[in-house]
Amino acid sequence: MSPSRSAWIALAVGLVAAPAAAQQTITVASWGGAYQDAQRKAWFEPAAKDLGITIKEDTTSGIADVRAQVKSGRVTWDLVQQGTNGCILLEREGILEKLDPAVVKTDGIPADMKSDYWVGNLVYSTVLAWNTKTYKDKKPTGWADMYDFKNFPGGRSMRRSPLYNLEAALIADGVDPQKLYPLDVDRAFKKMRELKPHIVAWWPSGAASAQLINDGEIDMIGLWNGRVQAVMKEGAKADLTFNQQMLLVDCWMIPKGAPNKDLAMKAMAHMLTAKAQAQLPLHINYGPSNLKAFETGIIPPDVAKGLPSSPENMKTAFTLDAKWWADNLDGVTKRFDQFIQE
Amino acid sequence: MTEGPNAGALAAAERGERRGLFLLCTPAVLLISIVIFLPIGWLFALSFTTEQGGLTLEHYARMLHPAYTKSFQTTFELSFLVTAICAALGYPLAYLMSQVSAVWRAMIFVSVLFPFWTSLLVRTYAWLVLLQRRGLVNTWLQETGIVDEPLRLVHNFTGTAIGMTHIMLPFMVLPLYAAMTAVDRDYVRASASLGASPLKSFWQVFFPLTLPGLLAGVVLVFVLCLGFYVTPAVLGGGRVLMWSMSIERSVAVYSDWGAASALGVVLLVVTLAILWVMNRLFGVERFIGAR
Repeated sequence: MSPSRSAWIALAVGLVAAPAAAQQTITVASWGGAYQDAQRKAWFEPAAKDLGITIKEDTTSGIADVRAQVKSGRVTWDLVQQGTNGCILLEREGILEKLDPAVVKTDGIPADMKSDYWVGNLVYSTVLAWNTKTYKDKKPTGWADMYDFKNFPGGRSMRRSPLYNLEAALIADGVDPQKLYPLDVDRAFKKMRELKPHIVAWWPSGAASAQLINDGEIDMIGLWNGRVQAVMKEGAKADLTFNQQMLLVDCWMIPKGAPNKDLAMKAMAHMLTAKAQAQLPLHINYGPSNLKAFETGIIPPDVAKGLPSSPENMKTAFTLDAKWWADNLDGVTKRFDQFIQE
Repeated sequence: MTEGPNAGALAAAERGERRGLFLLCTPAVLLISIVIFLPIGWLFALSFTTEQGGLTLEHYARMLHPAYTKSFQTTFELSFLVTAICAALGYPLAYLMSQVSAVWRAMIFVSVLFPFWTSLLVRTYAWLVLLQRRGLVNTWLQETGIVDEPLRLVHNFTGTAIGMTHIMLPFMVLPLYAAMTAVDRDYVRASASLGASPLKSFWQVFFPLTLPGLLAGVVLVFVLCLGFYVTPAVLGGGRVLMWSMSIERSVAVYSDWGAASALGVVLLVVTLAILWVMNRLFGVERFIGAR
């Protein structure tokens, strides 16, 4: 009772006398929608309650927002959610606050999901999924099967981007998933020529990828786990494997010059604890980045089975090297655009 | 009248009225300069500057890459094709409208305009539902035994062309219909009374008189096609890369406003060039303009 009352008082104070209570309020920007709703329930509300602060919310549509705020010198966000790629780019541009390791504790989070300037806070992945009506007896088990047109004939789909495509091609060509980077771009494009005639559509957005598998437009597809799991829940004839899944993380960052950066770090630390991290999968199909969350007993085993970062699913997973992609995305994308139009 | 005793006063009154009309136009002129010319100028400036603010031609040089030239080619091929199909479908339809009774005309009008009032995105997705592998069209074709394997009607050039044609058709039909109703039927009757067969009087009298409407429709559809984004993005299966999609990718993928601006400038210049050529050849302004 009383903590929630104090939260209400904090909220009221924050509303009535915002400048005076600036120390007690932080503004968090995330991707909005169901994603932010889940974050609010799992992270924002408990953090606000435990720390006795008010968390105001805003939405971001990408790193350009953060750039604009920092460059104009009018930073209003204290804590911002972005994709890893965005976090790395902004770190390189030098417009993020360095995190204080004494405040932001990140043990339990794998090393390739964090840096001194940002920390991964949730994990999703690109997985192989297929139409269960087409492949009834023999199930695909990995990216090599996407390129096995003899045993698994049918239409394919991948993202309209070199991301994931190059990795899948190299694995299908026999490269060890743990030794992919730096990617052998020439080899990947050579292999992708085999796939191209079988591609029905290159999906441009997550929603489109879900539509393709849901409607039975394609037989095998590489897409984000949450997307295919959502249509499976609604009864689509589809299944997926987490084998050789490509892990992706979204992350927290603090823009340089954030008005309440100290408080933002405290809130960030709170949301990265194993306990808080374990709450997220109860609201949305994303895995915790803090792997200790699976030891808390909060995540039911049947939920853990569907999460990319669960100990079982992590065994054959690899993390997409966002640093390599940040360096190479422009050139490789141009080549990819040419490739799909040939 | 100007010879009369009040000539001076009348002229002054007329000048005053003109000035008044001009003043009434100022808000519109200001609005257009602010929302159109200013941003275009800014776009133009951006396309020649680096992120650090220096002068550069790099954004234009990158367009020589095959990924871009191919996309430019696709844009033109698709625009030509869609314009041609629209003209072929739209002309008979508009002709029918100009010939039938008022009730039928109203019905055709509604069926032409109805898609016009429906959201572009909804229509595009409707085509996706119709044309996909397990969509209505393929299911029907397979059940009636016309084809054994489903046809690939969408996620490619074909699907994009079908969807775009549907969306562009009203832009062709409306100017054509306007031109056809303006034709004085006495000319056609006159040619018939002079012994011309119906076909001959159509081709030699009616058709040339509707040519301005056809050209207006062609220019309208072609120019709209050049900058089209939504339908190719949804129905093209990622294979049909329009110029407009290159612009979107420059911003969304690379956050490269310079490159996006340069692509936009090229599209604008090409569009203006086409309008200019059409104008020189056929005097487009005669029928697009007020007269």
